[in-house]
Amino acid sequence: MLKTDVVVIGAGAVGCAVARELSKYEVDVIVVEKNEDVGGDASKSNSAIIHTGYDAAPDTLESQLVVAANPMYDELCADLDIPFKRIGAILPAITDEQFEQLPAIKEKAFRNRVYDVEYKSGAELLEMEPELNPAVKGGLWIPRESIIDPFILVQAYAENAYANGVRFLLNSKVEGITTENGKIKTVKTSTEEIETTYVINCAGLYCDEVAEMVGKAEYKVVARKGQFFILDKNTSCQVEHIVLPIPTKITKGKLMCPTIHGNMLVGPTAEDQDSKLDKSTSAEGLASITTDVRNLIPNVNVRDTITQYSGLRPNRNPEGLNFDIWDDLEGYVNLSGVRSTGLTLSLSMGTFVVQQLLARGADWKRKENFIKKRKGIVKFSECTREEQDELVKQNPLYGNVICRCETITEAEILDAIHRPLGARSVDAVKRRVRAGMGRCQGGFCGPKVIEILARELGCSPADINKNNDGSNMVTGFTR
Amino acid sequence: MYNVNCDVAIIGGGPAGLAAAIAAKKEGAEKVLVLERDNAPGGILQQCIHPGFGLTRFKAELTGPEYYGRFVDEAKEVGVEYMLDTMVLEVCNETNEVVCTSSRYGLTCVKAKSIVLAMGCRERTRAGIMVPGTRPAGVYTAGAAQRLVNRQNIMVGKKVVILGSGDIGMIMARRMTLEGAQVVMVVELMDYLAGLTRNRVQCLDDFGIPLKLAHTITRIEGNERVTGVWVAPVDDKKQPIADKAEFVECDTVLFSVGLLPENELTRKAGIAIDPVTNGPAVNQYMQTSAPSVFACGNVVHVNDLVDNVSEESERAGKYAARYAMGKLDGEKKIVKCVTGRNVRYLCPQTIEANEVDGKVTLYFRVLQPEENVRLVARCGDTQLAKCKEFRVNPGEMCHLTVATKDIDGDVTVDVVKED
Repeated sequence: MLKTDVVVIGAGAVGCAVARELSKYEVDVIVVEKNEDVGGDASKSNSAIIHTGYDAAPDTLESQLVVAANPMYDELCADLDIPFKRIGAILPAITDEQFEQLPAIKEKAFRNRVYDVEYKSGAELLEMEPELNPAVKGGLWIPRESIIDPFILVQAYAENAYANGVRFLLNSKVEGITTENGKIKTVKTSTEEIETTYVINCAGLYCDEVAEMVGKAEYKVVARKGQFFILDKNTSCQVEHIVLPIPTKITKGKLMCPTIHGNMLVGPTAEDQDSKLDKSTSAEGLASITTDVRNLIPNVNVRDTITQYSGLRPNRNPEGLNFDIWDDLEGYVNLSGVRSTGLTLSLSMGTFVVQQLLARGADWKRKENFIKKRKGIVKFSECTREEQDELVKQNPLYGNVICRCETITEAEILDAIHRPLGARSVDAVKRRVRAGMGRCQGGFCGPKVIEILARELGCSPADINKNNDGSNMVTGFTR
Repeated sequence: MYNVNCDVAIIGGGPAGLAAAIAAKKEGAEKVLVLERDNAPGGILQQCIHPGFGLTRFKAELTGPEYYGRFVDEAKEVGVEYMLDTMVLEVCNETNEVVCTSSRYGLTCVKAKSIVLAMGCRERTRAGIMVPGTRPAGVYTAGAAQRLVNRQNIMVGKKVVILGSGDIGMIMARRMTLEGAQVVMVVELMDYLAGLTRNRVQCLDDFGIPLKLAHTITRIEGNERVTGVWVAPVDDKKQPIADKAEFVECDTVLFSVGLLPENELTRKAGIAIDPVTNGPAVNQYMQTSAPSVFACGNVVHVNDLVDNVSEESERAGKYAARYAMGKLDGEKKIVKCVTGRNVRYLCPQTIEANEVDGKVTLYFRVLQPEENVRLVARCGDTQLAKCKEFRVNPGEMCHLTVATKDIDGDVTVDVVKED
């Protein structure tokens, strides 16, 4: 039996941000995660945008946290070495009907205290974004909408938490929570049982199932699927800003934006479904993205796609972001309804949750020696020729390019494997260094990455997974 | 940064690069340097352990390694030099510099008098053709699987469905069968074979592997590893007929759905690309829009026979050497090669009509399969060359040879239906 003060369930963006915030205090924390890697489910398949909250429902917890989080990212990303860019978003009105909605959208933004939203004329918008539908009548400019590497964000939270003493139990699914006299007692996982004072449920898609374990399931999670296209860096039609549609009552709609690494991202759909596992793409879903985004960017060329994926947003029924604690269940914190704004609000949710617990009597002292900085994996492809030369001289493995599309070297892959909470699977390597994320989608580097992982982990290639158990890349050796 | 000088720098040590290097050396270039990212020359032929190479060139049926082995031996004899384990990062055609990196030398600048692009091609992926479904383990391009099986001795799966009847797909169907896997079927979108007929006979028919023409995979299933695929027939517009889809159980899907010339370096260097071949447009010297840069092999257009690659690469090497020695200029009369009836593309894209060697071979692919046809090259109404074919199809490259002295304007190639 392990002993700790706080168990955080789920190593997605919110769970890792909460754990990192807790690691600023003299308190013992264990994060339990069912997957083989940190990064969560929803946190690794989304549009990778740090929102401003301009369109949130005013006066809600979600609005508060999203609006508060956005300005916090400059410092966080500098401290933790996370790729982040404030590129701004454009909300163009193409039809008269949409144009008439602009004042109300701006009014709402102001009610959310996003005061830097500005009206721009059609001509101004076309100058900023030449690929925009020339029929644009005008629109809003939301300067602080930003793009981030969502994988690195969560890894950075987790690595920094780890550096400050947080333990992570991966491949460990929570199977039960025991209570005693109205207090949390233990968390049973598929690998370990943990005695703890607090449990913070950051289980995202599965937060209703965890809540049920303590009899607090007052809601259901409805998975809302979002399908996306990623386009080649060379695609003919590119945008420089996030281009958002005017939202309808049903959905925020489908957008186009650059990713932090220079691809184009197009999507998502919004399809409610019962399954929390079904992350498949569909021909109809993908076709609907093309049709809708063409209204904004007529020349978008989805034929240049290098991959398609889908993510599941953990929507809540009844709707809304909720932070819940109960008087009759001491030590239990439930977060639910962490949906499409979840990546953004992870950062403020971390500070919010800890503050709430401090205010309710947790007597945690701030650490004197909190390690504030994290150094990411050096990106050979982004170095100058002189820096590259220096890197190879220091470590010849920087001279061995493994992924040709993204120019990722063996040294970077080894760093991804051997750093704290390092990669154990092909996807985990990919999310850390982008090997296999280019136009050949691992056709060239995939076989090499399997070999490197097996060598470094001291196992057979047959034991190397794509991600979770059962996703073996290969089946064994030849005759 | 480490600096190297040479006469001809060749990017890629596969069959194209090797043939170009040998030819350049034979033509008189003093220092010919091959830059190769792998730890040995040979390129993709290293994993092509099956026979079938060299029938035209050597009148012998060689394996991939045997075929390139002959070139490696000759390259050694004539004194071709290599930098192995070296990845080229950038080509600058204005300064004729190639920037590359290797563990051994670090960042290296190769200063050449002429450059030959011989980077080959890569495979179109599952995502490239947008096959929906989940993203489990067990989905490979046929070439990646071939590398794992033939070079790393690793088996990728036990029960396999292959999409695409390209040559690599059919060859992998046989290879996986020989290694004990069950190949359930090969599925092809078109109603004709994508690869060579001989591969269908030797790789599918001989092993009783079913070929489903005019079918496609509409969906991949499985969360961790592939559990199966949905296979549906397609209508005249190549759209799947959803209600006729059938579930086929398998743990592996291989994609053999086309090859794409790998021209990232070419594009970055600002060299003109033919939108149909996706390779640099060249003249009969295999010279690109940048006069000091030549190109050959699958980086120019995807070939089905390595014998053809060797031939055109020798030309690239020869003229790159001449260029390096200042012997490739003079008055130029450039004409275009124009695709006529049922011709998808032509290579070369331009001809220098007053060239010294007298003959130009035009390589081309048809758009549609056709029977009883005449291949015709003409200048206006003047016929330059013709040839009868019983059957042509897009998977097998055609060619015609014309004499340059006869050319007085743009050259058009037609595939004409015989009565």
